[in-house]
Amino acid sequence: MDPNEKKEARALSGSRRVWDVVLRALLYLCAGVTCALLVFVIGYIFVRGLPHVTWELLSTSPSYIRDTIGILPNILNTVYLVVVTLLITLPLGVGAAVYLTEYARNRKLVAAIEFATETLTGIPSIIFGLVGMLFFCQLLGLQASLLAGALTLVIVTIPTIIRTTQESLKTVPQSYREAALALGSGKWYMIRTVVLPSSVDGIVTGCILAIGRIVGESAALLFTAGMGMSMNHFFSSAENFLHSSGASLTVALYVYARERAEFDVAFAIAAILMVLTLAINLAAGLVGRKLKKH
Amino acid sequence: MGAVFLACGVIAVAFVLFISLYLVVSGLPAIWEIGVVDFLFGTKWASTAAEPKFGILPFILTSIYGTCGAILIGVPVGFMTAVYLAKVASPRMAALVRPAVDLLAGIPSVVYGLIGMMVLVPAVREAFGLPDGASLFCAILVLAVMILPSIISVSETALKAVPREYEEASLALGATEIETIFKVSAPAASSGIAAAVVLGIGRAIGEAMAIMMVAGNVANMPSLFSSVRFLTTAVASEMAYASGLQRQALYSIALVLFVFIMAINVALNHLLKKKED
Repeated sequence: MDPNEKKEARALSGSRRVWDVVLRALLYLCAGVTCALLVFVIGYIFVRGLPHVTWELLSTSPSYIRDTIGILPNILNTVYLVVVTLLITLPLGVGAAVYLTEYARNRKLVAAIEFATETLTGIPSIIFGLVGMLFFCQLLGLQASLLAGALTLVIVTIPTIIRTTQESLKTVPQSYREAALALGSGKWYMIRTVVLPSSVDGIVTGCILAIGRIVGESAALLFTAGMGMSMNHFFSSAENFLHSSGASLTVALYVYARERAEFDVAFAIAAILMVLTLAINLAAGLVGRKLKKH
Repeated sequence: MGAVFLACGVIAVAFVLFISLYLVVSGLPAIWEIGVVDFLFGTKWASTAAEPKFGILPFILTSIYGTCGAILIGVPVGFMTAVYLAKVASPRMAALVRPAVDLLAGIPSVVYGLIGMMVLVPAVREAFGLPDGASLFCAILVLAVMILPSIISVSETALKAVPREYEEASLALGATEIETIFKVSAPAASSGIAAAVVLGIGRAIGEAMAIMMVAGNVANMPSLFSSVRFLTTAVASEMAYASGLQRQALYSIALVLFVFIMAINVALNHLLKKKED
């Protein structure tokens, strides 16, 4: 057979085969680049950061006299922010989701609420920070304080809670509701005893995602919760703790890296943040999988 | 109880209205005082000079250039990764790569900023022989990495939603797997991919902390290797000590940023609605 004819008999022409190989290689390359980026980020942070995560760093507050740096206040501030924010945002968010799936009759209002939550998701945190500073810190006179920071974070996290709760409320079978109503339960009683318990996984997922957002948030906190590095005593006087400024871990990272040039401390905080991120992602994944099983 | 839930539902709307109104009310006075044209198209920002100048064109252009750059790098890589995840990867590989992408999305922006500041900035300084590596170029690279996860996950969802019949028809006609992906699946998923790009634009234009650590923060007109200031970093970098008209001008910058973001949000909503139809 003539070699030319043999070529034509093949399934693919030369240029098609080249394109196939080139594009396939590009696909693998890009996926590889994405994974390599992640490995590099995690690896670099851990290598530079973990050796500096010492017990002294974790368990003390900064001291100018001894010239030591401790991040215990920042760890506690982050915990306070998470607790106070969730205490406010959770009832509001779950309530809004219940309204949207169980009560809402007015289509225009539902569309408006959904548009609003989508819009809130897209607004950058620096804008939340600015408005939070103007309103909570200056107009309401809270100053730069953990309370002002937590209230700002309520606005940041409420769309997440609404969306995840709404998703899981939608998966509760309509027959559950009808059965409860047929047995003579009132609407609120039905929601409280049947609908909410069956969607608790979704609410937990929402909480985990919100915690992730709070732990990673920095721009919205810089001017609302402030940059205070000293201890806030949670139990000694509640009022004092809410009204004093306190830097979260992310803000402390920023301050140590940009303003104090304490890069070892910054990397140590980054390593702690990475561990937290890993744990939060893992937890969200586990709960999400449990949700799918139902 | 219905009324309580109604109140909860309305609160999200109230937040959005409140933020918009607050930004407009606190942002407009400075724009009037400086003059709309001088403010938006003035090329010089010298807020603390004896004769202060408040032109934010450098910030607007930097934000636009930075976002475009990040999109130019992030979208091709993100799209290809999404194609890999949705169509090519074996289930085991996909189960390995997908959590990696999620993790990339969860890393706090200050951590990206720290790595950019400690690794990228010195590397760029060495590689291009600059006096200081902090530049628009570094900001673009950091932004490109930061928008990757959202682009990947939204495009992957769009690609997965393409009906299997389209692809089977194309394969049956003799197209290769790769040809099918790029000539059938991708066009069919185009509105979802467009939504991914718009989402990426929104992320990039709104990022503040990471860029603050790598872009240098000098109010220059943008060029690739000079120190620049974005709309977001312009607000953040002077807020701590600003007062008077300077402070009000910062609110006006936030208002301009907000207008950009709202336009992007509306575009995104439009694209997502179109996808649903």
